[in-house]
Amino acid sequence: MSEGEVKGKVLPISKPCIGVAGKTGSWRAMRPVYDDSKCIKCRLCWLYCPENVIDLNEEEGPFIKIDYNYCKGCGICATVCPKNAIVMVPER
Amino acid sequence: MMVVKPLTGNYAAAYAAKLSRVKVVAAYPITPQTTIVEKLAQFIENGEMDAKIIRVESEHSALAAAYGAASGGVRAFTATSSQGLLYMHEMVWWVAGSRIPLVMTIVTRALGPPWNIWTDHSDIMDQRDSGWLIMMAEHNQEVLDETIKMFKITEDPRVFLPGIVGLDAFILSHTTEPVDIPDQELVDTFLPPRRQPYVFRPGDPLLMGNVPRNLKDNMRMREDIHNSLEVAKKVIEEVDEEWGKLTGRRYGGLIECYRCEDASHFIIGIGAWVGDMREAVDSLRTNGIRVGLIKVRYVRPFPHEDILKWVANAKSVIVFDRSVSAGSAGPLFLDVAAHLMAAGIRVPVKNILAGITGLDVTHEDIADAVLKSVAEVEETGKFSRFIEWYYGR
Amino acid sequence: MPVTLRDLPKEKFLLPGNASCPGCPEALGLKYLGMALGRKVILVVPAGCTSIIQGLMPGGAFIYPTFNVPFASSDAVAAGVAAAKEVLGDDAVVVAWGGDGGTADIGFATLSGAAERNDNIIHICVDNEAYMNTGIQRSSLTPYGAWTTTTWRGKRENKKELPLIMLMHKVPYVATASVGYPLDFIEKLRKAASIKGFKFIHLHAPCPVGWRFDPSKTIKVAKLAVETGMWILFEAENGKVTISPPSRPYADKSKRKPIEEYIKLQGRFRTLTKDDIKILEKAVDDAWNTILKLAGK
Repeated sequence: MSEGEVKGKVLPISKPCIGVAGKTGSWRAMRPVYDDSKCIKCRLCWLYCPENVIDLNEEEGPFIKIDYNYCKGCGICATVCPKNAIVMVPER
Repeated sequence: MMVVKPLTGNYAAAYAAKLSRVKVVAAYPITPQTTIVEKLAQFIENGEMDAKIIRVESEHSALAAAYGAASGGVRAFTATSSQGLLYMHEMVWWVAGSRIPLVMTIVTRALGPPWNIWTDHSDIMDQRDSGWLIMMAEHNQEVLDETIKMFKITEDPRVFLPGIVGLDAFILSHTTEPVDIPDQELVDTFLPPRRQPYVFRPGDPLLMGNVPRNLKDNMRMREDIHNSLEVAKKVIEEVDEEWGKLTGRRYGGLIECYRCEDASHFIIGIGAWVGDMREAVDSLRTNGIRVGLIKVRYVRPFPHEDILKWVANAKSVIVFDRSVSAGSAGPLFLDVAAHLMAAGIRVPVKNILAGITGLDVTHEDIADAVLKSVAEVEETGKFSRFIEWYYGR
Repeated sequence: MPVTLRDLPKEKFLLPGNASCPGCPEALGLKYLGMALGRKVILVVPAGCTSIIQGLMPGGAFIYPTFNVPFASSDAVAAGVAAAKEVLGDDAVVVAWGGDGGTADIGFATLSGAAERNDNIIHICVDNEAYMNTGIQRSSLTPYGAWTTTTWRGKRENKKELPLIMLMHKVPYVATASVGYPLDFIEKLRKAASIKGFKFIHLHAPCPVGWRFDPSKTIKVAKLAVETGMWILFEAENGKVTISPPSRPYADKSKRKPIEEYIKLQGRFRTLTKDDIKILEKAVDDAWNTILKLAGK
């Protein structure tokens, strides 16, 4: 029985999932590279990431983590970072 | 405890919605449906009916709002005709595809141009591919009864599709007939709490209608609609039986037959003029013509099994249509003929197109048209023309 | 109640790996909606980019209960859902999320009807200034001079002033917002959700693909729209207009950045002449004069 089937009916219903469009990290031409030593924890990259692939780490260690499986390489994070803690480099 | 009131067809529909405890009504007027929404507005405003009314700005929005409410988990209702029905046509398909049960009254009215408020069946027949159940009433009692029954049928988990109850413009909508109004208690016993395949609730993640990855899944959805309509045939009969036990009024389910048992020739029709067809059958019988009437109650699902059982050995079948699929033939005729053919039944079948754009058709007209057609087929064994546009005697 | 970055919830309502273009402003808007209102939202989506951002069935990119509906119908469907929720006592915020078409063109009558009836919904117009989902065709919200695939030489008509039209519907809440100012947008969403009746928020959403700029510049372009005065952030509660803090400095014409700074970043304005720019400058002045008068200044 597929996702949309309820009591034998085939319905136009979906359920949420991460990566519905696949591993969108494969779309990248440029990738963001993060340097924690420059980071001032302003949270702007986290706020402005349109893909929600930046997570904050408020414990020990690097302040942000980028999920490269889904990062599309738009470069907004690098542009909004006031300290150039994120730079865009060509995806190899 | 039944109360008999003189009711127009429109008021019968309004009473049915009230008795069915509809919670959201979407109202937009169009002649000749207007008095339905006016009555419902009165019921709601004077506290007789506990429901919300959304006085929308167009028919497209009328069905959209009713559909939104139905998808939100409550019984919803709207009504329209003709131009309004065509304006909401996109929504008609969407509601069926969503599998959301909802009941709508259609007061059948001709389409323009030119402007025309009289009855024909063009508007309702235009919806027959959509996946909605489509029922056509013969008289006002049937309008009330079938509207209540339609809530039960559409909300049955074997069905989960929306349904239309149709009635002819002015002939039923504005004509007063005595109607038994069942009491609220009876209807509450008959109608279980609403069921539907899914509901939009805050915090309950689900997405409805985004693009499918695999088109086979999409085709399966369409097939499921078709299959659910087939299954609905059984549900319609069960509900008819149950209503019959509670009220004493049985309608025969998908079709009703009048004087068919020993008939050689059959006439088939839907809607108010079926009443006139009964009189025509009686007068033809008086003149020795062994004709029977098959009243088709449900256009969708199309009751081909029931019809074929009666006409398998007929000398002829004459199908009356009050609309035409221009360039081919009347829609009821096309359904009958196709199924006869598919079942390997070789019976002469003819389409009489009459009353289109509201041209009045009396029982004498019907008898006249049938008489001439029967005479031809009795003599030659076939119909020289499969289609006849009949304008009266 | 001013919102700070630290207060914002981390729960994701827009999921990674969705079908939006890189740098998409609609994705940003959908993210901020979740930060503002979270689980209360029922999202009604007419045809547009957001229909596609959800991705393919049987999966979906949103945690919101998401109701895909025909193009012209969003506010009517939303009104129906809101009525049902009231009947059932479900605490929900019903949001119709429409683009240019679903709000200002094909959906316009539906929008106006719901506003006039004061239906209890929020309509958010996610304005990327063209019919982007079908490939960048002009809409009534496309600005003067912009290239689109149906205005190759630049649109000759002016952008329809939708916020003012909604103001004249006298609904309880009208606001403009921008993806460049998420905290302002989130505050407006929360305010709207606290009000019963019809609420309208017009969200400026610069689209890298349709406006022809590098996707890394979405926020920069959004901010320049406000800094040049071309997009004015304001809100109106029961008709009382206040200019929002990010736009306040630009009430003073001398503080506005030259509109060339905004225009030169966008390939869609490549065909603009000096006369066209003068027309746009005058339009900015007129818009500011009008809004300041409405704000009682």
